[in-house]
Amino acid sequence: MIKVKIDNKTVEVEKGTILLDAARKAGINIPTLCYLHLHDLNITNKPAGCRVCVVEVKGRKNLAPACVTECMDGMEVNTHNIRVLNARKTVLELILSDHPTDCLICPKSGTCDLQTLAQEMGIRQIRYQGEQSTYREDTSPAIIRDVDKCIMCRRCEMMCNEVQTVGVLSAVNRGFMAVVAPAFEMNLDHSVCTYCGQCVAVCPTGALTEVDHTNNVIRALADPSKTVIVQTAPAVRAALGEEFGMEAGTLVTGKMAAALRRLGFDYVFDTDFAADLTIMEEGTELLDRIGRHLNGDKTVKLPILTSCCPGWVSFFEHQFPDMIDIPSTARSPQQMFGSIAKTYFAEKLGIKRENMVVVSIMPCLAKKYECSRDEFKVDGNPDVDFAISTRELAHLIKQANIEFNHLPDEDFDRPMGESTGASVLFGVTGGVIEAATRTAYEVFTGKKLEKVDFEQLRGMDWVRRAEVDFDGTPIKIGIAHGLGNARKLLEEIREGKADFHAIEIMACPGGCIGGGGQPLHHGDSSILKARTAAIYREDLGKPIRKSHENPFIQKLYEDFLGKPCGHKSHHLLHTHYFDKSNPVEIE
Amino acid sequence: MASINIKLNQEKLGQLQAICKEFNNDKGELINVLHKAQHLFGYLPAEVQEVIAQELKTSAAHVYGVVTFYSFFTMTPKGEHPISICMGTACYVRGAEKVLDEFKRILNVKVGETTPDGKFSLSCLRCVGACGLAPVVMVGEKVFGRVSPDGVKDIIEEYK
Repeated sequence: MIKVKIDNKTVEVEKGTILLDAARKAGINIPTLCYLHLHDLNITNKPAGCRVCVVEVKGRKNLAPACVTECMDGMEVNTHNIRVLNARKTVLELILSDHPTDCLICPKSGTCDLQTLAQEMGIRQIRYQGEQSTYREDTSPAIIRDVDKCIMCRRCEMMCNEVQTVGVLSAVNRGFMAVVAPAFEMNLDHSVCTYCGQCVAVCPTGALTEVDHTNNVIRALADPSKTVIVQTAPAVRAALGEEFGMEAGTLVTGKMAAALRRLGFDYVFDTDFAADLTIMEEGTELLDRIGRHLNGDKTVKLPILTSCCPGWVSFFEHQFPDMIDIPSTARSPQQMFGSIAKTYFAEKLGIKRENMVVVSIMPCLAKKYECSRDEFKVDGNPDVDFAISTRELAHLIKQANIEFNHLPDEDFDRPMGESTGASVLFGVTGGVIEAATRTAYEVFTGKKLEKVDFEQLRGMDWVRRAEVDFDGTPIKIGIAHGLGNARKLLEEIREGKADFHAIEIMACPGGCIGGGGQPLHHGDSSILKARTAAIYREDLGKPIRKSHENPFIQKLYEDFLGKPCGHKSHHLLHTHYFDKSNPVEIE
Repeated sequence: MASINIKLNQEKLGQLQAICKEFNNDKGELINVLHKAQHLFGYLPAEVQEVIAQELKTSAAHVYGVVTFYSFFTMTPKGEHPISICMGTACYVRGAEKVLDEFKRILNVKVGETTPDGKFSLSCLRCVGACGLAPVVMVGEKVFGRVSPDGVKDIIEEYK
């Protein structure tokens, strides 16, 4: 341990600690912009590029960036003397001199780190006037790039390359012309972008934002000829409260249902219902493959990979086209929901699919792209019309003058609002495979599961390997979150080194609770942990905790679908994948 | 589905892959690979960068980032006779800019461009280590020293 004196406070820290962390330990919050550290996930971005965190170190000639300067024994540091404040202000004004000042109408207004800092620093004028760099706006099905607002913090680049290994974003050109862009400055929708939205989740300014569909939803709700149905993904209920000042990890399931009803949705349903349905289909597929494998069928492909996550689906379509026959063919819960809503439920109501609008509330930006895919349309009419993010839902609620915090708890409507504890787990890493295990165990062994909690499948470790005993048959399970970790497992499979039966992949760190459409965490990973804990609490509180015991799912099969993986299910609930790689053509 | 359709003839593709192999397909050697590739093709079109990215197991965005960062690398095809004017300090103070202006005027192209007939391309460089001959112009590998604006016409004529 070494001692450093920061603003006259002495703190003891371990060798190698950066000044920023030592100061935090002393209760001093040095401002940052480019620096990002998600502690529990071991994700760090510290290019020391913005220079906002400069401090004065006694005996050192120049000011030191606190994010990369390690503490030395006996160091004396001042974080807010006039020299530091002047430098910090100058840096900030220089950044702002090449930044649009249209804050009032910026989609990031109110949640922008740069705006907050300018406010805290009391910036009232920008002394530096000059040319501003301009660049075209790039709109894709899910993400908007407005790089005029980019401050070159490189957080998005780090997420895209180091964490996700998607490799779409890179700093290109130099000096004043430098921007973060895809290869050859093509648009995002021509690149291999998966729309995972992790770049949006960490962008400190309005340079990267989601495509906003709230107005489409408002218009649909105002149209008397439309029956508007809403579904909410599991991870939304564990995070929406944050947008209304509640503590991270507050479950707002009941308030959310109440708010959606007040917004005017005709039926307030739950994606969790469709998650139970996913388990029936994916679980059946898993058991079929394992069964055939155990019987010596050499043609069967194992491991089976989950297919709920649209970012992950795009990832393997672009980067592992030789393996597109390994993932489960089950559609994601969002798409299963849309498909059942516009067939089974529309028939029940006696309305045409064209007169039904299905809106989904998602923690995810890739879901916007997923619902626009052609294979999820019937005669041009999409199964899911609009996917809006948790953040967009919060805006809708605020616009409608609903006092969210004072709403009573209400239930979802039936039949498609009924769900089990298993389905809620879809919101966290390891959750889909735990839900599948609960059902697969009972179907495979014919025995009742004594304990439904599979602790060995939980946690935040990037890649997890576990074995579950199916009454004498060991089932090997792999779990990865973050696409870079998915890549590791895929490469193991490709090289024949993996002997898993089933693997769950979620594109976002932490799973959907850390999705690109969630309230911004601003670099605080304890928020992700709190959301995870909330999801497990929700599961624990449910009277039914196994998907196959959901009575409304059982009824859906009886009345409409027949059996899991049967003819009708195959048509409505399964999909296929495309090779989207970039092959070399020989002239 | 990605927008770059890679079309290279078999022979050039083979040569490009051989360059990558020469550097053990190591992404740390990207700049060296780009150097050699540019020597082979004369420039670095998108499809060449895509192939290099695939061979070196890195992203095309990263390769493009490096190509656009260093002024030596170019994505526009060079002319048959690439003209480079030294803008280093010595050449600059001895009137390199006026020489450059004369090239621009006669060829009717800007720096970084190539004439429509593909004959000449114009670029600037920083010091060829022949400051005693300032201002210096290079055409291909040949060095012209003590160039005056009046002499520009003659240099161009030599290659027409």
